[in-house]
Order: sequence, then C-alpha cells, then structure tokens
Amino acid sequence: MNAIYGLFTDSDSAGQAVKALRMASSRLHIKADGIVVISPEPIEERIADLPKERTPMPWLAALGGVLGGTAGYMLATFTQRTYPLPTGGMPIVSLWPTGIVMYELTMLGAILTTLITFLITARLPNYRKQLYDPGISDGKILVGVADPDCNCRAELEQQLYQEGAQLVKEFSNRRSDVEGEGQS
Amino acid sequence: MATNSIAPANVARLSDDRISHDLLHPVFHTSRRFYLIALLLTVPILAAIGAFLYQAYAGIGVAGITRPVFWGFYITNFVFWIGISHAGTLISAILRLANAGWRRPVTRCAEAITVFALVIGASFPVIHLGRPWLFFWLIPYPSERGIWPNFRSPLLWDFFAIGTYITGSLTFLLLPIIPDWATVRDKASGWRKRIYTVLALGWRGTPREWRRLEMGMRIMAVAIIPVAVSVHTIVSWDFAMAPVPMWHSTVFGPYFVAGAIFSGIAALIIAMAFLRKFLHLEEYLKPIHFDNLGKLLLLMSLLWIYFIFAERLTVWYGNQTSEMAAFWSIQRGKFAILFWTMVFCNFLIPFPILAIKKLRTIAGTVIASVTVVIGMWIERFLIIVPPLEHKYLPYAWGNYRPTWVEITITAGTFAAMALLYLLFVKFVPIISMWEFKAGQHVPPPSPERISALSPVQPGLQSTLPATDSEA
Repeated sequence: MNAIYGLFTDSDSAGQAVKALRMASSRLHIKADGIVVISPEPIEERIADLPKERTPMPWLAALGGVLGGTAGYMLATFTQRTYPLPTGGMPIVSLWPTGIVMYELTMLGAILTTLITFLITARLPNYRKQLYDPGISDGKILVGVADPDCNCRAELEQQLYQEGAQLVKEFSNRRSDVEGEGQS
Repeated sequence: MATNSIAPANVARLSDDRISHDLLHPVFHTSRRFYLIALLLTVPILAAIGAFLYQAYAGIGVAGITRPVFWGFYITNFVFWIGISHAGTLISAILRLANAGWRRPVTRCAEAITVFALVIGASFPVIHLGRPWLFFWLIPYPSERGIWPNFRSPLLWDFFAIGTYITGSLTFLLLPIIPDWATVRDKASGWRKRIYTVLALGWRGTPREWRRLEMGMRIMAVAIIPVAVSVHTIVSWDFAMAPVPMWHSTVFGPYFVAGAIFSGIAALIIAMAFLRKFLHLEEYLKPIHFDNLGKLLLLMSLLWIYFIFAERLTVWYGNQTSEMAAFWSIQRGKFAILFWTMVFCNFLIPFPILAIKKLRTIAGTVIASVTVVIGMWIERFLIIVPPLEHKYLPYAWGNYRPTWVEITITAGTFAAMALLYLLFVKFVPIISMWEFKAGQHVPPPSPERISALSPVQPGLQSTLPATDSEA
C-alpha cells in the first residue's frame, strides 16, 4: 500500500478536507474506500463525511452471554450429577446455586465475547507497517488517500494543502519506497 | 464525543501538548522519591511474605484463628479488599453510562484500584488455607481424586464471581489504555518504544478502531455493573448462608454492597489526593472532583448508618438468646470500643465534614475518607469475629486474638496495594489522555442551549463546573 496524506491541526479543517476529497473523488480517481482518516481521539461526530458502519458487537456479546450461561448450567448440573453429594433429601441439582453459577458465567461469556469481538473487528493486534504518522500523538489528524492514481499525486497534494494541511507526506509499506513514513 | 455536559467558553482549556507533557512525565521520568517510596513499601511486603512462608512451614496454628473462630483477620481482609475494589469499575461504569463529563480524569485512577484490590482480596482465601499449595482444589475440574467442589457452597460462588469480576475489570481497565499506550509508543525511544509497541497492539486511531473501542466500553460498562453488585452480594452470602447468630440475615446482600461502595469511594478519594499532590495534577484533579465524590461519600455514609440501624434493630427486637449474646458483646461488651470507633469513623466524623459545603474541601474529603477506610475495616472485623465467638452453645464460646503473623500479613497487603498502584502510575498515564483531550475539544454550548436551560436552572452556566473543559 502507498498513500499520500496531510496532517491537520483541527477537526474542522480535517472535516473540510474529507469533504473536498470526496467531492473530487471522480476527478482524482479516488476509490470509494480510499479516503483514510486517523485521529488521536474519536472525531466521528465532528466529521460528518466519515462512513458509518454498523457493528454486530452487542449481538455477539449477547450470544456470548447465552453460551456462557449454557456452559455454566452444564458445568453445574453435570458435575453435581456425576459426583452426587448427600443433600439430606434436597434435590441434587438445585435451582438457586446453579442459577448463581449460570449468572456469573453468562456475564463472563458476554465480557470475553466483547473483548474478542473488539480485537477481531478492530483488527488488533496488527504489527505490520501501516499508514500512520507519529504526529497523530501530538494531536494532528491524518487525512489521506490510499493507493492514489500516480497521475494525480501533485493535484492531491495541492488539494490537501488547500484545505489546510500543515504538512503533506507520502507513505509506502514497500521496502523499495524509501520516502514512506509509518509505524514500525 | 457525545457529552451531556456544557463547557463554558470562558473556562481555560489545556492544550494537547500540555496534557501529553503533564501526563506522560511520570512515565518517562523517575525521581529519587519514587525509588525511596518503592523501597519503603517493599519492607512490609517482604515481612508479610516472610510471615506467610513461616505460616506455611509451621502450620496455620501460628495464626490466631482457632476454635470456634476460624475466620479472623484474613477473612476480614478478604471482605475489606473486595469492598475496596468496588471503587473503580462500578463507579467508572456508572459515570461512563451517565456520560458525566467530570469522570474523565477520575475513571482510570478508580479502575486501577479495582484490579489491584481484587488481586489482593482474592489472595486471602489462599493465605487462609491450612495448605495453601492445594488452593487449586477450589477450581472445578475433573480430577483423579474424584472430589468436586460443592456447587451449593457460597465459597465456590465466590470463585466464579471474583473470577468474572477480575476478568471484566481488567478488560475495562485495559481497553481504554490501548490508545494511550500508542501515544507513549510514539513518544518513547529504545527499550521503552519496543515494549509500548507491543502493548499498543498496533493501534492507529482509525474511525473503525475508535468506534469499536467506544462500543466495547459501552457494553463493558453495562455488563460490569451487575457483576460488581453480584460479587459483594455473594461475598455477603458467605456469611448469610451460615446458621451463625447475626449472620443469617436477608439484609446482608445490599448492606455489603452499600458498604463496599462506601469504602471504595473513600479509597478512590485518598488515591486521587496522593496523585494530585505527588504528580502535580492540580490542573486535572480539581476540587470539583473531590466535591462530587464527597457528595457520593456523604450519600453512602447515610445509607451505611441506615443499614446498621436496620440490621441491629431487627436483632435487638427479635431478642433471640443466641443473637443477643453476640449483639451485646458488640454494643457494650469487649467489642464496644471498636463498635463506637466504627460509628465515629463511618458516620459521626464524615457526616458533618461532607454535609457542610465549607468543610467539603480536598483536605476535608481526604480526612473523611481516611476515617471511613478505618471504620469499614473495623466493620468487617465486627461482622466476622464477635458472632463466631458467640455461637449457639455457650460452652463452645471462645476468644480470638490476632497474632503477629496475621498483623504482619495485613500490614503487608496495604503496602502491596500502594506499591502496585505506584508501579501502575509509572507505566501507564494515570489519567486517560485521549478521553481528557476529547473532553477539552467539546465545543462550547450554543446560546440557544444555554437559554433553554437557564429558565429551569438559573445560573447554570456559572455553576456547572463539572464540564469537560474544567474536568
């Protein structure tokens, strides 16, 4: 992957840049998912042009809870039946204690599923060289175009500067391209 | 970021550079004072480890627990530390769900307390075992012994509840740290950079990552609140399920949960005061945070005295012989000094301090919190020991006196808590940088919104300090 990107100091100018790039996408041959935004904090609500994605995380968490609860029920009932302890005439598998184990494992299932879903859907961990700039940690917002058309690079650079980019850089994760910058 | 708070335009905002500098300073710079404090804390911890090893070698008899009191200091500490753990995750989750802007500098301080207090609390049942190396017998797994833990025992419920709570709290703490570790990665060099590169998991800050993180945190906040409540309820059932005078009570569940939140808030205030003083976080942990937490502490103090009264009145009115023996030993017998100290520490001292606005300063809330922590430890002790000394048959009554082994281990765990917290502050920005910065960037309210609010709450603009920019 290679990219050309600008660093913006505030979300307003970054938002303007995203809007301008989107409007010029056919002229500059930018792919539908080619505009990249990276920020030091969540800015989705401040940049209206970011694509809205739905995540199945809540449903998966609920499913994880159901699976956890089922596992809890099975663990409690199977073990109590396999190794029955004298209960003085009370049922071997009783509702209340089994319910407590089920409840805790339901919550554990939901928590673990949320964690796993987060890691998978956010594509973490990922230690490969990706489009990034350490300036983001200083509060800059990166707006760039992934795999831009070779003929439009100058125009893209100009567009980013025009929208208020403090600095425009190029990135490549190919070893042969030495200009690129990215996280190691 | 969405917020329901209003940021007055006239409040000075901190720049991103300033925030990064202030909050990363403790991570990158280690003072002599840090080493000195760490060394001082290591001494009681080593003494506690020595005492524990001595107990493991010589046998549990070197502790003061003996017939009929088999639960002494160790189980007191277990209940106390599990209670302290309610400071963080529960409060943080409630504030996150309420989207309270002032939570931003507080949440991580609080969540870290939870994790460390849970680890320390969970170690006490193991310390309490006669043969601690067989602790894994508590874990339900198919073994060749053919012995399975009893699923009807509250002690096994503890295993599941605390296990779930530790997992959830650790996740709740670590998820929002990832973006901050990425910041440390970018600022660090050498070995630090390598370590934080691994810890940051390759975080960049794409909209996808932020969206997933925020969604994950919302789900975690919803999930962790009932877990936190269940944990201390189940801890209370360790007692309430037993036919011991003054234990077999339906009020124990909510009574324990209220007490846990009470002591947890007190611990959080103390931790915040130390952080503010020693890390110079005056711009971040402001009087308003102590004021808000002080109000919560006041509420919990009132709730605590209500529970104490309700519980004791019921026992006194019931007038059962076996219960009255334990009751009077606490009210006017050998435990009376401890009982009235507890009432002073948990209500009579903190109530006026926290109720009078002039006294609800940082110093005031810290004094109240210290007394509450002491009072709540005594409360746990009084719940456990006097009833065990006065079981149903008078010929089986006995006395409990803690030995140096128990006292040393107890002191060591307080030092361990402080040391773990100190090390955490060294490796992680103690205030969530990205959340704090996001709070700073909340746009000032529109004039329409201010005018819409002002008829309902006159002077709101000037009296709403718990905003993102000020918090």
